[in-house]
Amino acid sequence: MYGFEAMTFNIHGGYLEAIVRGYRSGLLTAADYNNLCQCETLDDIKMHLSATEYGTYLQNEPSPLHTTTIVEKCTLKLVDEYKHMLTQATEPLSTFLEYITYGHMIDNVVLIVTGTLHERDVQELLEKCHPLGMFDSIATLAVAQNMRELYRLVLVDTPLAPYFSECITSEDLDDMNIEIMRNTLYKAYLEDFYRFCQKLGGATAELMSDLLAFEADRRAVNITINSIGTELTREDRRKLYSNFGLLYPYGHEELAICEDIDQVRGAMEKYPPYQSIFSKLSYGESQMLDKAFYEEEVKRLCLSFEQQFHYAVFFAYMRLREQEIRNLMWISECVAQNQKSRVHDSVVFIF
Amino acid sequence: MDSTMVTSSSSWGQALLRISPYTFSAIGIAISIGVSVLGAAWGIYITGSSLIGAAIKAPRITSKNLIRCYLSPLTVFAVIKLWAVAATFVIFCEAVAIYGVIVAIILQTKLDSVPKSKMYDPESMRAGYAIFASGIIVGFANLVCGLCVGIIGSSCALSDAQNSTLFVKILVIEIFGSALGLFGVIVGIIMSAQATWPTK
Repeated sequence: MYGFEAMTFNIHGGYLEAIVRGYRSGLLTAADYNNLCQCETLDDIKMHLSATEYGTYLQNEPSPLHTTTIVEKCTLKLVDEYKHMLTQATEPLSTFLEYITYGHMIDNVVLIVTGTLHERDVQELLEKCHPLGMFDSIATLAVAQNMRELYRLVLVDTPLAPYFSECITSEDLDDMNIEIMRNTLYKAYLEDFYRFCQKLGGATAELMSDLLAFEADRRAVNITINSIGTELTREDRRKLYSNFGLLYPYGHEELAICEDIDQVRGAMEKYPPYQSIFSKLSYGESQMLDKAFYEEEVKRLCLSFEQQFHYAVFFAYMRLREQEIRNLMWISECVAQNQKSRVHDSVVFIF
Repeated sequence: MDSTMVTSSSSWGQALLRISPYTFSAIGIAISIGVSVLGAAWGIYITGSSLIGAAIKAPRITSKNLIRCYLSPLTVFAVIKLWAVAATFVIFCEAVAIYGVIVAIILQTKLDSVPKSKMYDPESMRAGYAIFASGIIVGFANLVCGLCVGIIGSSCALSDAQNSTLFVKILVIEIFGSALGLFGVIVGIIMSAQATWPTK
């Protein structure tokens, strides 16, 4: 019952909620980012990070560091924390935590299939996969020739199986189809996650609806912008939008017929929460759109920590960590390529 | 003597009136201790689970929010400072249980024997009902008080782990919460003061 969760939540979720709030206090602050942005080399970055929580993960790395090593070790920390929480969780929290990783599974599947299409080595691709989205039979994805085989050989045993019903065709896999497959899977995953959260009820349902609706709307805008000028028809584009969220259904109708960025802006500015995002961009500019969306997302994720006794803190923590890893990757790349003037273009401060 | 309003009409009324006042008193005493302890236990586990998790990151909070050592397997993971400081949330919750015990002891001293002929006197009935009501008042007031203090304690443990200046401020809120139990005890004791059984 909404409002009375405080009485029974702590039986199963109290310990883990306290743990995740402890992890959250270890996120890098604006002061840390300022220090990192002023580093000259990657070794400086390693030294600064060793004073934060990433210390134990980076200290054993040999001296010529690569940016990919830094990102890998930071992701490893996230995976360790996630596994620690998952092992301690009971139902329904354990299902909730697993849902958070299905997005990464989808990305991994698409990565391997695309890589195989372009004739890359399977081992190399497996190393690039995100560790949170690994599952056992992932290597056999390289064998599949079309989507039906993909499903029948590998994916039917994974949690992604129910998301495939909408996109099984016998067409061969090519770049366009793979992108459509990725977006169809992600749409099914978001809707499933949304339904699951609604079933949980209470504060979890309310907060997760808001966070997932923002995610769905952001993906809709990205799909629209990326498919302007491609062969994707309007009906196909419409089919890729999720059916929940602030933009559903009227915003989706407008977005489906957009042909350039300014029309997208016109469609989005009717919705007050998104109007503030688009007002930060001047006309004709779309590069900063990603950063504006990330900033808005981070704001909403931080707000979810204001309330106690719900599961959305776990989702928010994972997303905030991923944002931090993105920040670290950007800073490392800027430092490694000596382009420090651009370092603030894409860093989103969390605190 | 039966009350005049319930002569022969309602059999339910008759049945209620024929329940011995000792039954009501005994149930009242049981409720006063039983439900208070339920409230205290509820509050302690709500605070305790959050406290243990938060103490892993911030071990200093355990000495201020003292946890009972019945949770010892988990305390192995948290670094517990062994010298305890008073005024913790668990002690506040425990106070709720103590109120229940005190009132139960007071109430049971009010139970006197009356001869069988006077068992259904209005005076005896009044005494029985007074003890029953006192027990219910104390029990349920302590139930909600324990819950309230426990939930506040959980929030306090989490926020104290992040920012130690918040501890005293949330403690103030918690003191207001524990006043609820105190109100119950006061009214319960006033009620029980009029539990005078007829003299032989």
